[in-house]
Amino acid sequence: MSDAPLLDRVDSPNAVAADEAWRRVQLARHPQRPRTLDLVPLIFDGFFELRGDRAFGDDPAIVAGPATLDGVPVMVVGHQKGTDTESNILRNFGSPHPEGFRKAQRVMRLADKLGMPIITFLDTAGAFPGPAAEERGQAEAIASSIKLMTGLQVPIVVVILGEGGSGGALAIGVGDVVLSLENAVYSVISPEGCASILWRSRDEARTAAAAMRMTADDQVDLGVVDAIVAEPGEGAHTDHPATASALKSAIVSAMRRLSGSDTSELLATRYARLRGMGAYLETGAGSTGRPELPSLRRRIGRILHLPGVPRRPRWSEIWPSDVADEENERGA
Amino acid sequence: MPIKFPFSRRAAPSDAWTKCPICDAQVFNKQLERNQRLCPSCGHHFRMSVGERIDLLLDPDSFEERDAGLESVDRLGFHDDRPYIDRLEASRIKTGLRDAVVWGIGTIDGQRVAIGIFDFRFMGGSMGSVVGEKLARCFETALAERIPAIVVSASGGARMQEGTLSLMQLAKTVAPLVRLDAAGIPFIAVLTDPTTGGVLASFASLGDVIVAEPKALIGFAGARVASDTVGEEMPEGFQSAEFLLAHGFVDAIVPRSELRSSLSRLLRLLRAAPADDGQAIGPERPWGPIGAISGLAERLGGAVSETIGIDVEAQSDGNGKTPSVEKEEAR
Repeated sequence: MSDAPLLDRVDSPNAVAADEAWRRVQLARHPQRPRTLDLVPLIFDGFFELRGDRAFGDDPAIVAGPATLDGVPVMVVGHQKGTDTESNILRNFGSPHPEGFRKAQRVMRLADKLGMPIITFLDTAGAFPGPAAEERGQAEAIASSIKLMTGLQVPIVVVILGEGGSGGALAIGVGDVVLSLENAVYSVISPEGCASILWRSRDEARTAAAAMRMTADDQVDLGVVDAIVAEPGEGAHTDHPATASALKSAIVSAMRRLSGSDTSELLATRYARLRGMGAYLETGAGSTGRPELPSLRRRIGRILHLPGVPRRPRWSEIWPSDVADEENERGA
Repeated sequence: MPIKFPFSRRAAPSDAWTKCPICDAQVFNKQLERNQRLCPSCGHHFRMSVGERIDLLLDPDSFEERDAGLESVDRLGFHDDRPYIDRLEASRIKTGLRDAVVWGIGTIDGQRVAIGIFDFRFMGGSMGSVVGEKLARCFETALAERIPAIVVSASGGARMQEGTLSLMQLAKTVAPLVRLDAAGIPFIAVLTDPTTGGVLASFASLGDVIVAEPKALIGFAGARVASDTVGEEMPEGFQSAEFLLAHGFVDAIVPRSELRSSLSRLLRLLRAAPADDGQAIGPERPWGPIGAISGLAERLGGAVSETIGIDVEAQSDGNGKTPSVEKEEAR
């Protein structure tokens, strides 16, 4: 992470990818893009909003409650961004505090209790950072939401509407089927955050957006998203009803697919799906440096300090600290 | 293939001493190595390598590394000012490790545990696919062998170079914990400096017991990200182990010199529940008063267990379950 000059990307193929990724990020953040509460009445009937986490307060950045989908009772949970300055302040720009995730947990537990399928809508730049959120356990709230969702005994369909921002999105984003709107994005950190850490400049956000491969197509390629729902015209913001109807048929067909499996099958498949996430190589190689288990003679010899029996190295000799080189690398 | 010859000592260490960031004392590195990497004048806890952690926490020669052959790949073709592959290689050379976590089976005062340990020096201890996979396997082995799981974290969070695949490691490491709950296997999280971001927002916050080292930086969002977003400076110490203790998110702050003995005590108190024959994975376990007594009896062992065990079996048959009353020996 040096301050080496960045490559001149003009005319490079990367520039094209960066433009396309950035275009998608802009569409995902479009002020007229349909939000959860714009779509819910168009997709479901009789939504009844439930509020409060029963412990601290109510977080308007997350909305949740029961509704029916073609007559079937379901539970709806989603991030909620505002549409103008005033509503954005109320909704904290869709960035939940811990009580938002705890409200979601409480409502999803109710769905579990009553055997109602859950549909979640992801649209957040990320969980809110800041002293109040830390104080009330932002990380714990996200972690326990993820844990709850991996074990719920009802089908869960996740829909990424706009921005799928890191842990704050995943906290209500663990499911059996993950759908994404065409121009939605999903990432481990915002492009600005990634750029400011790895490129040391927020101005490199578009480069970071391309590097993180955050578009819906990329997510399908990575196995994180199962299917893309096409958006009307120039994007979802141009036609909310058409977007809702496309989403509705995708959700209904996902539900139909899931309704065939019994609970244990559902949970086993969900586990396998999460368990299979990631890319790595597995070689047959053993431990990095530790020698094979010594013979009995050696083991006794070591205990009795017999001559000619070398001492087994300690792990700290194999992997010592390099005191002079404590680099502060960062993650997300 | 060993990446670094195991017995090689650095011929000439680049620095013979380190400055303590807290009290500014000049500390000889040799002295740090001998003193559990604690500052001799102010007690500051310097970060430890995974090797030093193993020696600190586990019985000598008890640790057996598992899945050492897992290696990260660059699935995204990620390139900032350096390709991800180059960063990985540099970290491998620097640390002699293949990735940021080593996991294996070892004993603490003779008590068998599945333990995963982070090394912050490997790309900031960031969690990518390999780290997630190793921890998931650590938990799954704890489940299969019915032994407690411990993870010692030191991480900046998710590894950005793996994009959403690293985000998915949050779910991958958390999912097995649901099974540990169902099977009655304890999980102890040990948070060391630093434990932040996606690692804290997943398994690290979900220990049945969570202990932290003094003054460790523990928090969700980096202070810089937080102040950029909120637009104000963060209060001092709002992401420390002490702050988390005060707000109810960790159970104890344990100085390094007592960490091993504290873990040993906890392991003695929090035993894996006896196996439910063939029903290890399932939310419901017979756990009425008699179940509790039988659990206690199993812990005490011997004849008591046999006498009470019969009652438990009779009762459990009524629930359509036949849990084993065989003594489940944890090691």
